[in-house]
This record gives sequence, C-alpha cells and structure tokens, in this order.
Amino acid sequence: MKILICISSVPDTTTKIKPTGDGKAIDLANVQWIINPWDELALTRVLELKEQPNSKIEKITVLTVGGRNAEPTIRKALAIGADDAIRVDTEPGDNYFTAFQIAQALKNYDSDIIICGIESSDYNGSSTGSMIAEMMDLPSVSSVSKLEIESDTVKMNREISGGFEVIEMPTPMVAIVQKGIAIEPRIPSMRGIMMARSKPLQVVESADVKPLTVFCSYTLPSPKAACKMVDAENMEELVNLLHNEAKII
Amino acid sequence: MAYPYTPPDYFLLDDLLTDEHKIVRSAIRDWVTRSVIPVIDEAAQKHHFPRHFFKELGDIGAFGPFIPVEYGGAGMDYIAYGVIMTELERGDSGIRSAASVQTSLVMYPIHAFGSEEQRRKYLPKLATGEMIGCFGLTEPNHGSDPGSMETRFKDMGDHYLLNGAKMWITNSTIADIAVVWAKDEQGVVRGLIVEKGMPGFTAPETFNKWSLRASVTGELVFEDVKVPKENLLPNIKGLKGALMCLNSARYGIAWGAIGAAMDCYNTALLYSLERKQFHKPIASFQLQQKKLAEILTDITKAQFLAWRLGVLRNEDRATPQQISMAKRNNVEMALRTARESRQILGAMGITGDFPIMRHMMNLESVITYEGTHDVHLLITGADITGISAFS
Repeated sequence: MKILICISSVPDTTTKIKPTGDGKAIDLANVQWIINPWDELALTRVLELKEQPNSKIEKITVLTVGGRNAEPTIRKALAIGADDAIRVDTEPGDNYFTAFQIAQALKNYDSDIIICGIESSDYNGSSTGSMIAEMMDLPSVSSVSKLEIESDTVKMNREISGGFEVIEMPTPMVAIVQKGIAIEPRIPSMRGIMMARSKPLQVVESADVKPLTVFCSYTLPSPKAACKMVDAENMEELVNLLHNEAKII
Repeated sequence: MAYPYTPPDYFLLDDLLTDEHKIVRSAIRDWVTRSVIPVIDEAAQKHHFPRHFFKELGDIGAFGPFIPVEYGGAGMDYIAYGVIMTELERGDSGIRSAASVQTSLVMYPIHAFGSEEQRRKYLPKLATGEMIGCFGLTEPNHGSDPGSMETRFKDMGDHYLLNGAKMWITNSTIADIAVVWAKDEQGVVRGLIVEKGMPGFTAPETFNKWSLRASVTGELVFEDVKVPKENLLPNIKGLKGALMCLNSARYGIAWGAIGAAMDCYNTALLYSLERKQFHKPIASFQLQQKKLAEILTDITKAQFLAWRLGVLRNEDRATPQQISMAKRNNVEMALRTARESRQILGAMGITGDFPIMRHMMNLESVITYEGTHDVHLLITGADITGISAFS
C-alpha cells in the first residue's frame, strides 16, 4: 500500500503576521516556515501505522506545491520518516489552484490513500482536500480523527456534531484529517536529517491553470479596546457606560 | 510564564545557514519547547537533573552530531553542532552542559584518540544516551593550571593503578564512564577510560550550588583503581589531548551562550511591550530601549563570531585562540544580557516565572568553566604579544 500525504509549508504559528506597506501581500521577511500542523499529524499517524507489525504500507510519499524555498519543509518531512517527496514547482495560490496542481501531479501516480490536513494554518481554506478528491474522481472522508488500515480498506472516525461516525472505505480514497489523528508530531533526529539528504525529491512542472480567487488586500484586525472595570455595586456607572459609551442600551 | 520564543536574526544570518542547519535548529527547538521548558524551572528550583533527558537527547541525536555515522553519530558539520548547542542552552545551560560533556569531552576524545575497539565499544551507546560519560581534568588544587595535576597511574604489568581526585565534574554521579586525564610514571599526561563499578572509584555529588542547579556536578575519587590496559587512550600523549577536548567544548559554549542570551532578550522584549507604567508600555521609555538595543547589538555580534568560527572549524582552521576569544566574548555577552534583561523585568525578573534569573545564575558557572574568563583573555594576550602571562 502506498500512501501520499499533502504537505503545506506555513509560517510558524508564533509568527507575528503583518501586511506589506501597500497591504497587497503578507510581509514574509524573517518568517520561519514549518510543516502545516495538521499535515504533520497526518504524517505522524501514517508513520505509526507503517511501524506496526505486519504493516501493509510499503511507501510514504509527501507532496508539496511550492517553490525552492519550500524544500526545507519537505526535507523535514523526509527527516521525520517519509520515504520520498514530490514538489510541484510553483508558488501555491488559492485552494482551487493548489488542488488542481496536486491532482495533475498525481494523475499518473499510483497511491492507495491520499491524506490532506483539514486546513492549512495560514489561510485556513479548508477545501483543498475535497477539491483534490473531486478533481481526481475519488471518494473522500473529511474531519477524520482516527485512521486505521484493515486489509484493503480504510477504517476512520469522522467527527460529527455530538460524536463521530465510523466509516469504512475501499482504496483508493482521500482522507482529510484533523486534530486527534495523532497525539504529537514527531521531532526528526539528527540521523534522520542526514538520511533525508539522500531520499528522492522529485520536482515536477506545474500545470497551466489560473487561481479563481484574487486577494485584494490584507488588514490586521483592529486592536482590542481597553477593558473598563466597574464596581459590581455601581449599577448606575455601568448603565451610564453602556448607554453613553458603548451605545448598546 | 514562558513567552512564545521568537529569537532575533537582525542581520538575516539565516541566509548563511543551510536548509539542513535550519531543520536541525527547528528539531532541537521543538524538543526544548516540548520537553525542557515545561519542567526546567521546577527542576532547577529543586536542584534536580531530569535523568530522562539523556534518553531523549540520545533519541533526537544531540550527542555526537559530528561523530561519523558508523560510530552512532550523525556525521554533521560543526555549524550544526553549534546550532544544537544554541537551542539547548535556550532551555538551560545545564542541559547544554550535559550534551557538551557527552559530545566534546567524552565522545570526541574516544573518537579522536581511542582505539578502534574503544570506539566500537563506547561511542554507539554514548550516542543513544544509553551510556552517560563524564570528563575528569580539573582537580581540587589545579584548575587553571591542569598541567600540575596530581592524579597519577602506575603500570602494574597487566593493569594500571590509578590514584587521585577530580573536581567540578558535570554528570559525575550518573556517569557510566569517565575519561580521566592522569600522569604516568614519567609524568606524561594520558587519557584513561574509567568505568563505573571499578573498585576504588567513587563519585560523590557536589550539593548546594546556586548555579547549574538542573545539572549534576560532583567529584571523581580514585583510590587504587585497577584500570585495564585496554582502557588507555592510545593515540594521544601530553596535556594537548585534554586541551583539544576543551577546544571542542568551548566551541560549543560560544554558540550555546547565545541561546541563553536570546531567551533573556526575547523575554525582556515581550515583557517590556506588555508591562505598563505611567500609562504606557515600559518599552516606550528611552532607558529600556537603550538596554534592548544594546542587547540586540551584542547578540548580533556574537552570532557572527560564532558563525565565522563554525566556518573556520569546518575547514579545520579555527585556532584554540580564536575559540577562546569567542567563548569569552559570547559568555560575557550572555551574562550581561541576562543582567540587563532582569532589570527590564524589575522584581518579576527574580522569580521562577521567567527564565532570566536561572540563566543568569547558570552563566556564572559558564563564564568560569572550560577556561575562566580571565584565562581566556590571557590566551589572547599571549597570542598577540608572544608572551605568556601565566607560565
């Protein structure tokens, strides 16, 4: 069984995001890039499955859509334990553009399960996984919080309101995974990092497609207003503030 | 409380690192954030070294990263080693010390001066943390002057008989092996691998330290210890061997101290933006800005010194004198940074809620061990004048 995990390279979650001066883009200077946390958990889960006795997993491939600057992220995935990697050589655009690039790159690629994180922590689009499945004409399950491989099928828990449903599906399929799929991402060892040097990283040309979304401008949220404390006994002052300042009563 | 860690890179030094160095850094940083930060204050307060760190450091490969893969290392370069030391010391100088000793003072001499049998026997286990090592050079009466050491061994035909004592030994009580430097009957300094459990070998702990409290320190005492002849490091004679080990460790400290400094700076900067006095953040006051600006300038200079030293060491061109200068400069920078950062936090700076006071106390050891601050200055003095001030 061959598993392919889509990996997105995103700014470290501690990054202070700021728009460029003209507000047309995000200032990426000094940004540290990491594997999208949901994708990293997906890789962790698949590695756990591969290490199980009598595992059916022969190969774990990671794929990213990104320029040369995405390579440290994908090398980290190889250092953690993926067997090989594919980089679609273009900067990711909107969800449609990215899904299209992945679907095209995988057209002639034989994989039994394609796994995507439920969203990326930068744009939180939450639709690339479903779009890949649709474009590749494959069934998909979203919000997967548990994934097991049983002979030729995949058994998953899908989070629903107030609980989860258990779904079993034959391969090939797309699993869109969320928190809970694995507990904690793995930290690559120094030896793993060195071994990643010699693991294959295939760079493929991008497909000719235009994004459907235009990013018009970026603005930071307004700073939170200062909190005014009112004595619990002073109802008059509270009513005054709500009426005259907040103007909500 | 620990603020999110966003260390400075004011001169975009990242451009000089390879992708691999950055992956190494993120791996060690993640480990420190996950395993060290949540427990380190309590460990230091309780004067306790979390022993499980050894296995975890071994698992991620923080021991012997520059040792060849065939002996259990990762075969990395010296910049990767430096980056690892920086990230570990962001957590605590005690954790970095444990890794420094294991790597530079135990694995390095066994690899550089040991027999093939010794390499195969010890290095893989030291790399995984299954085996812990320590290094014995300093003695109660001989610190800056190790050449006058009193520890001696005699050739008894089928074994050596070792007598003496070593002091200020990191990892001493928990170590499975000690690389011990002692004089033979001709007065030549040699290295011996002494194993835990050899009759006559004890390692009492040094208690009540105000520094490196999350690190084990102790003595090594040898009373008629029979050391097998195959435990002598065959490929080195003279004090030079021990000094080469110290060069490797000092190199790591030059990088490591930057980590402690960056943690202090990061804390002080974020605190100063958050803390308000006179109705505005204290970061808006000129005196606080002066402190922050000078700290950042200091850190940036230290980063360049360490990076350049790394390049030279990779090319096997770094001199012991250059390493001395970098160790001395960067540790003093870190200590000054800790003191200034503590001032920015006011009274909060002395509490265990923030890492600054712990770093400051740790750095008082770091500025003294592996060659004191004064001796390193005299090494530079001797190098530029050709006249040694201490011999």
